[in-house]
Amino acid sequence: MLQFVFRRITQVIPILLGVTLVTFALVQIMPGSIADMLVPPSAPQSLKDEINRIYGLDRSLFEQYFLWLGQLLTGNLGVSLVSSRPVAGELFAAMLNTLQITLISAVIGFGLGILFGAISALNAGKWPDRLFTFVSIAGVSVPHYWLAILMVTIFSVQFNLLPAQGMGPAGFPTTWEQWRPMIMPIFTLSLIPMGVVGRLVRASVLEVLSQEFVQALGAKGLRDRQVRMHVAKNAAPAVLAVMGLQFGYLLGGSILVETVFNWPGTGKLLNQAIFTNDMPIIQATVLVLSIMFVLVNLAVDVAQAAIDPRMRR
Amino acid sequence: MHLIFNAVAAGVAALLLSAPAQAQGTLRVAITASDVPTTTGVPTQGLEAWSYAGYPIFEPLVMWDLRVTDTPPPVIPWLATEWAVDAEDHTKWVFKLRDGVTFHDGSAFDADAVVWNLDRFYKEDAPQFEASTSASTKGRVPVLKSYEKIDDSTVAIYTTVPVTYFPEVMTSILFVSPAKWEEVGSWEAFAGQPSGTGAFTLAAVDRTSLTLAKNPSYWNTERAAKLDSVVVYPMAEATTRLAALRSGQVDWINVPPPDGIPSLRDAGFTVATSPMPHVWPYWLQTAEGSVFHDVKVRQAFNYALDREGLVTLLNGAAEPAKGFWKPGDPRFGTPENDYTYDPEKARALLTEAGFGPGEMVPVKILISTSGSGQMVPLPMNELLQQSARAAGFELEFSVVDWGQMAAIRSNPDSPEMQNVVAVNSSFTTADLTWFFFSFYPTNWPNFDHPETTAMMDQYRTDFDMSDEDRVALMANIHANLVDQAPWAWIVHDVNPKAFAPAVQGYTPAQAWYTDLTTVYMQP
Repeated sequence: MLQFVFRRITQVIPILLGVTLVTFALVQIMPGSIADMLVPPSAPQSLKDEINRIYGLDRSLFEQYFLWLGQLLTGNLGVSLVSSRPVAGELFAAMLNTLQITLISAVIGFGLGILFGAISALNAGKWPDRLFTFVSIAGVSVPHYWLAILMVTIFSVQFNLLPAQGMGPAGFPTTWEQWRPMIMPIFTLSLIPMGVVGRLVRASVLEVLSQEFVQALGAKGLRDRQVRMHVAKNAAPAVLAVMGLQFGYLLGGSILVETVFNWPGTGKLLNQAIFTNDMPIIQATVLVLSIMFVLVNLAVDVAQAAIDPRMRR
Repeated sequence: MHLIFNAVAAGVAALLLSAPAQAQGTLRVAITASDVPTTTGVPTQGLEAWSYAGYPIFEPLVMWDLRVTDTPPPVIPWLATEWAVDAEDHTKWVFKLRDGVTFHDGSAFDADAVVWNLDRFYKEDAPQFEASTSASTKGRVPVLKSYEKIDDSTVAIYTTVPVTYFPEVMTSILFVSPAKWEEVGSWEAFAGQPSGTGAFTLAAVDRTSLTLAKNPSYWNTERAAKLDSVVVYPMAEATTRLAALRSGQVDWINVPPPDGIPSLRDAGFTVATSPMPHVWPYWLQTAEGSVFHDVKVRQAFNYALDREGLVTLLNGAAEPAKGFWKPGDPRFGTPENDYTYDPEKARALLTEAGFGPGEMVPVKILISTSGSGQMVPLPMNELLQQSARAAGFELEFSVVDWGQMAAIRSNPDSPEMQNVVAVNSSFTTADLTWFFFSFYPTNWPNFDHPETTAMMDQYRTDFDMSDEDRVALMANIHANLVDQAPWAWIVHDVNPKAFAPAVQGYTPAQAWYTDLTTVYMQP
């Protein structure tokens, strides 16, 4: 197992280097330059040239890449062109804010998805299956933007029960004041993972249940609970893989949900950076999210290998 | 008896007059910015942010008088009490600084502070030099060349060319405390505890809001703040701002969504508008090879746009535009063309320009999906597309996001700019810099009309004209521009704001900026 983990980690290193190259290249092919972003359209070209020089954009791409890579290794992600604040601080704060709601959304979404999917599979064709299939499909299908606005209209504008936007006082949420603004974003964000995981759990469990070894286990005299444990173990790798992907998406923050609820997370940060051409923020956010994605998938691979020894080959 | 009546009347009057000053409280504002503006004296997030993270905390030498509402605000003495151009050298301006002004940290505002602040933007080897704010300041004040201290309360500022309207331009440079910066050691640290000379201090700032607190020892006692504090929340999404106001999370929102304006009024909220120096236009490419090279096509295009329809679409949150200035403004002049929606006239002009009957003129326009001052560009452009079709123009859009538009509009080689002959980019005449530079280099429309350019040169360089002559000259320039139509002027934004009933004292200046010092909360 340790050998497998080591092998996977060594495979991750070239992937991460590739991520830095792609991220750097993405920003290079974006139209315009920092100067276009910083000065009004009426500014003369000489001023734009001067700004490019100050930011080192007059150097070769090769030089620029290695300078940037060197800064990355020291934790320096540059300075935001819009806020003039260090990107690392901006991104770290946004990640923490996104984590506050995504971790809980993931737990709720995955938990309900597994529960609904399993109940559906074990009651295939009966009313619980139809009910939970409907709930799962609704979770995937309802437009989040619309649902978020609907909830704000009902719970904030009509009944004034929950705040329409923003987050509570900074820090780990321990008070009602901190929890109140999180309720609607968490509910909205948990719907997709619940739907996706629910559908997949149902399909995987049904597939495993249809295999002959399950009948053999029953024939050997194992109790239902024991048989279900075997079924769960066999269905888990596929579900884990999808959960990893879903968690990666959640970490990126939902641009729409964070925008509607004015939640200062990575989705909102990336959205506003794209609209203002804030290249250092775009570059750093894409890079860090990509790295997180790679690491989450590494963790999923290791977990799959731990559950199913065949994966270690 | 008469004496008693007078005394009672005087008492009641005094009570009424003093009520706003006593009524204080906290105002919570949602602005359209997507992030908290920077608090280092050069606010980011567009001109809107200057009303909340700029002028309330930091101040310029010369300020717009935002308490004037019946005309565009004039410039008035602020941290400088007087200024004059040198009689011999018209690139040298001498500013006399106000005595006795101190920054929030208690240090003195003097000529050394002015030079230190200008070094921040214009002297690359100064410790306080900051590349990003240097770039944006040079963009807004491109004509500033150098500066020097004459004595403790006098500075000279030199321009690259003679510029008669230079005092207006100086409203764009705000002054921060050198002593505070030296104490904290960096702009990042300064942003958390900034020090200016303004009517408010910064009480708190985090990534979701900033809080201003009344400056109890403000030098300008006549214009001291009535509010105890102001909390400013950036909320880029219009429906989010609307929900925040309707649910009582904030007391004031900038730019309510046009669809929400009637329901806000029905629910007892105040929706205020004020004319502002803003134009929502199409810049037209007039170079040879463009369909807009012919002035008759440019004029026809201006007659092909249904401005009143747009105002209806926006529930009244706009005014039809017929030029940079508004009809009624003495600078508007008397152009021959009065651009209304007149498809017949547009067709007739196209015929004069050589287009056959029924022939459609293709016009590809670069538009954005949103952006600072862009209002609601997608439905607005779609409505204009329909109205222009009836007048002989077939509009096609190249749609990009706002940041991309700023980056590519001057790059004809980019894929999105292929065949583009117009750009839908909003514009401010908050000071005359952008107005002038629109027709000097860089001159995106490639506008070439020597008579108009000569008049603009005269306006910029002739210091001997009286104010009346200056207005008359600008009226002539403007009339020429309207008739030459290097742009299609479509609507002026009216800066809509919505308030809870408790918000009182708002002064609707004809400016991008808002004077927070007059506002108070009715208990």
